[in-house]
Amino acid sequence: MINGFKEIYKNPNSSTSRKIKQKFGFSLIGFATLITVIPIIAIVLYIFIKGISAISWDFLTTFPTDGVKAGGIYPAIVGTIYLTIFTAIFSVPLGIGAAIYLSEYAPDNRWTRAIRIAIINLAGIPSVVYGLFGLGMFVIFFKLGTSILAGSITLSIMTLPVIISTAEEALRAVPQSFRVISISVGATRWQTIRRIVLPQSLPGIMTGVILGLERAVGETAPILFTAAVFFLPRLPSSPLDPTMALPYHLYVISTQVPGMPVEIQYGTALVLILFVLSLNLIASIIRSRARAHRQW
Amino acid sequence: MQMTKKWNEFFLNWLIKISGYSAIIFVILIFYFLLREGLPAIGEVSISNLFSVRWYPIEDYFGLLPLIAGSIIVTIGAALFAIPIGLCAAIFISEVSPRWARDILKPLVEVLGGIPSVVLGFIGILILAPYLRQLLDLPTGLSALAGSILLGGLAIPTIVSVAEDALDSVPRSYRDGALALGATEWQTIWRVTFPAARSGVLTAIMLGIGRAIGETMAVMMVTGNAAVLPIKLNSLFLPVRTMTATIAAEMGEVAKDSTHYHVLFLIGVLLFVISLGINIAASTTMFQQRKRAERILS
Repeated sequence: MINGFKEIYKNPNSSTSRKIKQKFGFSLIGFATLITVIPIIAIVLYIFIKGISAISWDFLTTFPTDGVKAGGIYPAIVGTIYLTIFTAIFSVPLGIGAAIYLSEYAPDNRWTRAIRIAIINLAGIPSVVYGLFGLGMFVIFFKLGTSILAGSITLSIMTLPVIISTAEEALRAVPQSFRVISISVGATRWQTIRRIVLPQSLPGIMTGVILGLERAVGETAPILFTAAVFFLPRLPSSPLDPTMALPYHLYVISTQVPGMPVEIQYGTALVLILFVLSLNLIASIIRSRARAHRQW
Repeated sequence: MQMTKKWNEFFLNWLIKISGYSAIIFVILIFYFLLREGLPAIGEVSISNLFSVRWYPIEDYFGLLPLIAGSIIVTIGAALFAIPIGLCAAIFISEVSPRWARDILKPLVEVLGGIPSVVLGFIGILILAPYLRQLLDLPTGLSALAGSILLGGLAIPTIVSVAEDALDSVPRSYRDGALALGATEWQTIWRVTFPAARSGVLTAIMLGIGRAIGETMAVMMVTGNAAVLPIKLNSLFLPVRTMTATIAAEMGEVAKDSTHYHVLFLIGVLLFVISLGINIAASTTMFQQRKRAERILS
């Protein structure tokens, strides 16, 4: 820091050359930003244009035919919805509970620090390693087999870090005075959390939950060996059945099926992207509305 | 009445405490189940076989070196362009762009982070690989280079997002001080703001690299999956196979409790340990940074 100041003081270059340098520098990093942002827009638009023609009511509501080379992707859509719902059933209570613990209960000691490091590590574990873990623990050890249940428990552990950290941030944003007043009028700690802190931080928690589920919707590797199958002639009838899923379906039809029609590939990619982007959109709408209506 | 209420509260407090510790429990469980299925491999395959250069499981050749080298070359390729581009974009978004542009750019970059990697792999197969093949006159576009480009794209949002937060948390007074001494904004960025945020920037780089090493689907779809040791200079333009892709591609076809199955879990153990190392390193620099910031502010 100090060195920075000294150098500036010692070498005051002529102001024009410094300004030219700055202009050049700004355009360079502006260019870097452009090549970060433009491919995103280009990819989404491209998939949209190429995929929109494949999407019809039939495509969304019928089973694949002719070895998935024709027909719709209905069972994959339903499978992804099932997986998402079951993932939410496991990860939402656990994630919010953990966030409440970290924000309202946890003392500042080495155990709490260990929890934080564990959360960071959970976030960094490669998705295919989650798949191996799910295979070893849920599919084989607990004998759940390749099933919606095994896949969604695996996915829910993977989404925990996102939910915990976003929800904790939301809980911490509730001013301390709210808690103090509630306790001072005789409420217990749990009543304070239940009646004051949770309602105030609900939008932030919802944002975290949706962002976590968004990750679960798009992931393929964790369900490769725990839940997903290539083709099912009927919808799964219980949580112990295997299922088709959108990301796995896209993987299979773009690598394993020779002579696959390109429109169906783009159509499937578009449906998957729309799923993810709409979750993202809902999360940001909740976030911005909550900011506008905040009571403190 | 009073009793049940007390008991309820006691029960709930315990539930919350248990969910609080769940993250630690899961990390331990993951490590335990990986070891449980992966450790038998060490008894079944000789060490010299594991460290050989041939991965050919059908004939019991389980050399991990080509896979490790494949992961390294693809990750280095990705880091080479994701780090400079990501950091420049973070600086632009945090220090140069006006408020309204920042409110558009940051969420947009985070959307890229949310695009499923299987979709990027799909685009990679259909567009990127054929383009690279034509441009560089290669036998196939499915190569380490294609993998590096996609992985870089996946690492950039992580790098931009974390680095931008770090730059944003540098106190306003640092910048004002430099500007008041007559520095241009450009000089302020490079000699004051950026050095002040360096531990956060380091964290961003490490998390980005961690993301790249662990990425599976996109890499499996575009790297061509040839398990050869990439030692020649041109190996960036040839097919390779990474550790993650090997697990994903082969686990579906192996018999449970076969040697091949155990070796795939052993690769999983290796990946787990690598990501643990990167993340613990990244989080210690993060904690250090927080402590220093607290010292400065107090």
